Amino acid sequence: MKRFPEYYSFWHIAGHYGLRVTAFAVLLFLMMPILVIMPLSFNAEPFFTFTEGMLSLDPEAYSMRWYQEIVDDQKWRIAIRNSFVVGIAAALIATTLGTLAAVGLASPWMPYKRLITALLLSPMIVPLIIIAAGMFFFYTQFNLVGTFAGLIIAHAALGVPFVIITVTATLSGFDRSLFVAGLSLGASPVKVFWDVVIPLIRPGVISGGLFAFVTSFDEVVLVLFLAGPEQRTIPRQMFSGLREQINPTILAVATLLVVLSAAMLFTLEILRRRSARLSGTD
Amino acid sequence: MSGITQTLDPEDARNAAREVRKRRLQAFFFVVPLLVFLIFAFVAPITTMLYRSVHNPTVANLIPDTLTALEDWSGEGVPDDAVLTQFATDMKRMANDRTSGQLADEINRALPGMSSVTKSTARALRRVEDADIAANGAALLLEANDRWGDAATWRALRNAGPVYSSSYYLTSVDLERDIDGSIVQRDTQIYVQLYTKTLKMALIITGLTIALGYPLAFFMAHASSGLANFLMVFVLLPFWTSLLVRTTAWIALLQTNGVVNSTLDWLGLIDEPLELLYNEFSTILAMTHILLPFMVLPLYAVMRGIDSSYMRAAISMGSTPLGAWSKIYLPMSLPGLSAGALLVFIISIGYYITPALVGGTDGQMISNIIAFHMQVSNNWELAAALGSLLLVLILVLYWLFDRFVGTDNLKLG
Repeated sequence: MKRFPEYYSFWHIAGHYGLRVTAFAVLLFLMMPILVIMPLSFNAEPFFTFTEGMLSLDPEAYSMRWYQEIVDDQKWRIAIRNSFVVGIAAALIATTLGTLAAVGLASPWMPYKRLITALLLSPMIVPLIIIAAGMFFFYTQFNLVGTFAGLIIAHAALGVPFVIITVTATLSGFDRSLFVAGLSLGASPVKVFWDVVIPLIRPGVISGGLFAFVTSFDEVVLVLFLAGPEQRTIPRQMFSGLREQINPTILAVATLLVVLSAAMLFTLEILRRRSARLSGTD
Repeated sequence: MSGITQTLDPEDARNAAREVRKRRLQAFFFVVPLLVFLIFAFVAPITTMLYRSVHNPTVANLIPDTLTALEDWSGEGVPDDAVLTQFATDMKRMANDRTSGQLADEINRALPGMSSVTKSTARALRRVEDADIAANGAALLLEANDRWGDAATWRALRNAGPVYSSSYYLTSVDLERDIDGSIVQRDTQIYVQLYTKTLKMALIITGLTIALGYPLAFFMAHASSGLANFLMVFVLLPFWTSLLVRTTAWIALLQTNGVVNSTLDWLGLIDEPLELLYNEFSTILAMTHILLPFMVLPLYAVMRGIDSSYMRAAISMGSTPLGAWSKIYLPMSLPGLSAGALLVFIISIGYYITPALVGGTDGQMISNIIAFHMQVSNNWELAAALGSLLLVLILVLYWLFDRFVGTDNLKLG
């Protein structure tokens, strides 16, 4: 039994335990849906629910058939490839352009800083359905609808704010006199940028890139409007699966995606700690 | 300081100014590539959508001569034969170009039922010789369908004519122009109700995320940092998990034979499965789950910085825990609370995927009707007008957010 200060009333102690119970209940609410789909994806039957055999832990009731299905079904294979191609290309564009821009924005000489920052962050605020409609109207004129190029450009635009935010955060711990020192020693701004700035802000750049990749990897509204049948991505395939014929293959894909997110989260945490160490704020 | 600037000779001042300009340009130079990219990839599309909401040249391009002829018409009775003949000529041309369907869609929006009338008339006139149409096109038109003898049809045609029109905005707030041009309520009230419902749902979701997120953030902020970091994983993992995965999970949980119903049945609490999925309830539940981390993260960040000795001091001096919380802790945690609340609210009013998948018919939000007009009814101008209104709503909210809370409280994990 925990010891409480003497001035604590009964209600305070009740509140203490009440808060604890509530907090764990909320965490359970957050995690439960994700935890439930994992065992369900090993269901031997084509249902979205636990069978009696599964509940009595009968090994016969579990199988890998839905994972096999992903491997066998060409649609899923293409979707997985497309998701990675589009995600990586979009993240590269967003990270390259975003990092450059963040360096410019970090300069005390940057003109119209507030306005430009607001503009660069706006893809994060505008609802996806509006972006999708606008891009559909505009990209049609350039024959970009139904092409990989169109989808990559669209997803890169969505990823930009995340790169700007993470790189700006890293740059706030960056000592600008290093830049000036480089210039004073005769290096060109580009060389200083490449040899001094980039190595120091690398953790921020990589996590910005990861954010941009995940944004694209998870995005489905723009895909619904801009992609043709050949550009179907994993979320798009899941979306039509959920609308047309629900089967546990979707749960198997979902489980793999959860594992991927966990790996991503882990990587980001390591990067965050490195960045904190490099800038000395830890 | 002032002494120095006074003694600065003009040559030095010019050099200093040149140096400032150079550095400003240098900084700007870094931003240019992204700026150019985003203007093409993002700003121009949004602008196109805004433009599209007032610009529709379809009818003006299809029947320019008829529209010119209609200019002199009073608006009462049937237009004179010259107008009708001109229209019959245009109809035949459109039937041959296979563009009459476009006109049919446009008129049908103003006058339901006109789609089939237009198409059948086009088919009928297609077989007629040009000379015949020129001679008695008016009679042929009236013979093809008697709705061409109705003044309402011609008013609809004339009203659809202008290239620039505010009619889509009027429609998106359930208004329309009367015969004499005054603005009146439409017979069918859809969109205002839908906006209200979207706002109501967003408000409920925000309230729920506060109710669930505040205690959790409070608990984590006052736990040891080891426990807090460990528990943070359970907030961040759902946050990082794909939206589609979380929506899928809710479908698995809530469907008729899903986990929740099976459990309740097994416990003997229900006799027949509850209808939990494809309604407003499931939409709100799934969205609360999806958006909860957006509430917890800013709250936690702010609460972590609040010194807990203030609360202890108040309680030790005789305040009740609730009193101490409401007078001391709540005001200090308010920046995090408002950041989380506005974030959740802004995201939820523009939400599309979750309502589309688990919303059924009564869980649909404004985004879903925009998607409907984009993909199903092909009324792109109306979709653009509805989207522009939503955009304005979001920008106003964001402006308020920036003004009263500041965007610095937005953090990513």
